[in-house]
Amino acid sequence: MNEAILEKLKVLAESAKYDVSCASSGTTRKNIPGGIGNAEGWGICHSFTEDGRCVSLLKIMLTNYCIYDCAYCINRRSNDLPRATFSVSELVELTIEFYRRNYIEGLFLSSGVVRNPDYTMERLVRAIKDLRTVHRFNGYIHMKSIPGASEQLVHEAGLYADRLSVNVEIPTEQNLKLLAPEKDHASVYKPMSFIQQGVLESKEERRKFRSAPRFAPAGQSTQMIVGATDESDKQILYTSAALYQRPSMKRVYYSGFIPVNSYDNRLPALKQPPLVRENRLYQADWLMRFYEFKVDEIVDDRYPDLDLEIDPKLSWALRHPEVFPVDINKADYSLILRIPGIGVKSAKLIVMSRRYGKITGSALKKMGVVMKKAQYFITCNELLVHTVHEASPEYVRKVLTEKKLSKSKLIDQQQLSLIFD
Amino acid sequence: MIVFRYDKTFEGLLTAVFDAYFRKTFPERLLGADDIEPMFADENFAVITQPDKAARVWKSLEKKLSPGACNMLTYVWLSEEEGSDELLFQYIRKTVDSKRSIETNFADEVVLKVHKLAMKVSKERLRMIQFVRFQKAADDIFFAPIAPDHNCLPLVIDHFKDRFADQKWILYDTKRDYGFYYDLKTVTEMTLETSALFPEGKLDETLMAEDEKLFQQLWKTYFKSMTIKERINPKLHRQLLPKRYWKYLTEKQ
Repeated sequence: MNEAILEKLKVLAESAKYDVSCASSGTTRKNIPGGIGNAEGWGICHSFTEDGRCVSLLKIMLTNYCIYDCAYCINRRSNDLPRATFSVSELVELTIEFYRRNYIEGLFLSSGVVRNPDYTMERLVRAIKDLRTVHRFNGYIHMKSIPGASEQLVHEAGLYADRLSVNVEIPTEQNLKLLAPEKDHASVYKPMSFIQQGVLESKEERRKFRSAPRFAPAGQSTQMIVGATDESDKQILYTSAALYQRPSMKRVYYSGFIPVNSYDNRLPALKQPPLVRENRLYQADWLMRFYEFKVDEIVDDRYPDLDLEIDPKLSWALRHPEVFPVDINKADYSLILRIPGIGVKSAKLIVMSRRYGKITGSALKKMGVVMKKAQYFITCNELLVHTVHEASPEYVRKVLTEKKLSKSKLIDQQQLSLIFD
Repeated sequence: MIVFRYDKTFEGLLTAVFDAYFRKTFPERLLGADDIEPMFADENFAVITQPDKAARVWKSLEKKLSPGACNMLTYVWLSEEEGSDELLFQYIRKTVDSKRSIETNFADEVVLKVHKLAMKVSKERLRMIQFVRFQKAADDIFFAPIAPDHNCLPLVIDHFKDRFADQKWILYDTKRDYGFYYDLKTVTEMTLETSALFPEGKLDETLMAEDEKLFQQLWKTYFKSMTIKERINPKLHRQLLPKRYWKYLTEKQ
């Protein structure tokens, strides 16, 4: 290891950073004697970059050379940027030394495609195999499965990686063809089903023999770029909902498009990445995964795009005032979850606590319920001022989206009005 | 007003509970031996810590509370926040007086306060697991200084013992001036003779292992390259990575 590695690390990290996935959750593995590290089921973030994204794994490319020329990708072959390749031993040493200092949870290995998908995939598999078997590394490994790689290689990767992922990138095939003519959706969905198969087979095997090997125990994930093409939120969320139908699909990530190749006029000219839209998509994703919402309740033909001003749960509640008000002391858990201003944590606290007696508005507030929102949608012991029915959905919307003025500005305004009135 | 004085240990607190029930008088304030007497103290009782009394109280708590709730009490104690002992006393009293466990009644103020304080400590425990940074010393010991708000190092020993089983390490609380040393077999509590080994949170360069500086530099480079400039968000950054830990974070030094 010497100073030369510094430059390589910089180049290959810069190339890998646009992949948003960083989760290190889903596998629990104790330390084995003579091995390094373990894996905690809940995942650990070790640092946060200045853009507020978590650093959990050493997210790195084996190489950033690539034979493809995808319009949205920084590493496309027509870009003139510094290129580098790690050797397996460099990568292994870097991972282990970072791990020993508690900088990282493990490795997230990805790569540009060199020669052909199988050749690239083989090199990736060799690197993680080395890490696991020769160096007895027990931490977390997330590996990108290369689109178009053979089933055999995907199967071998699953034996060493905790999570495998293939990125959809562009939600509809037609737009994918436009931006990446050399790729198609089949090359993405095929490895996904290989992974799915491997996970299910290994589960079945392990039911019979406890010693049967685990296959990608943390399942798979994928990513879609938002805002590079003209898909509606409906198209994006329906794609995610279909992906979540597979039991091995743990996460779909949404990546607000960052114009890395601004010279390419197939791409929209954006001043800023669509961060609000990305945030709303994640909120919708959470509604599907943790709040028992179905995708057609969040977006449909009448509302194909998410409301940027208010969150999707509030938006649903305002479209369905007939469901409210909900009685906090009687309603089912699943209905309490649907009240704007109440999250999973506070819903659980409410259901547990109401066995001891009636819950009051002030107790709700202390439990962490956002009363500013929730007050229009609930009844509890006391009578509240007015519900969404008396106030009308339009009024509630207006109150909740009003821009808050900071205190100093408020005072300024009052003083101005004192002077000029 | 009834005042109990005790030695500010957890065992002492449990003994105070025992004595209160034995005497059938319950203190409004719990003070240490040297704390200033409040103005209207009618009665002043000195608790003498006795392990067997404390054990009896703890045993009866274990019978009534779930293991999770018992853990919560330990967490609240380690919070070292002012008045946390009085809060614990109230919680234990409620538990003893009630026929069934009160632990999930979050509409009760004391229960909710204990829950929240325990969550706060648990959150910092997690931050220790996230943000502790080891520096390799010349004698192959990995050294990590840190200064947590709450006394939560004892809560992360098991995690690091399992994870870094094949390397010697020291976790050191510079605020409370004590730490834990793992020698590849067992973990022992220790206090350093001098704290001059790590000025500004960094190990003195003469004590560092040969390649330590390079890896620190590599990590800093990596951390910097991961930032996407178009998405910079300093407020979120500080919220997730509080400034008070920066001193000991290699990438922020």
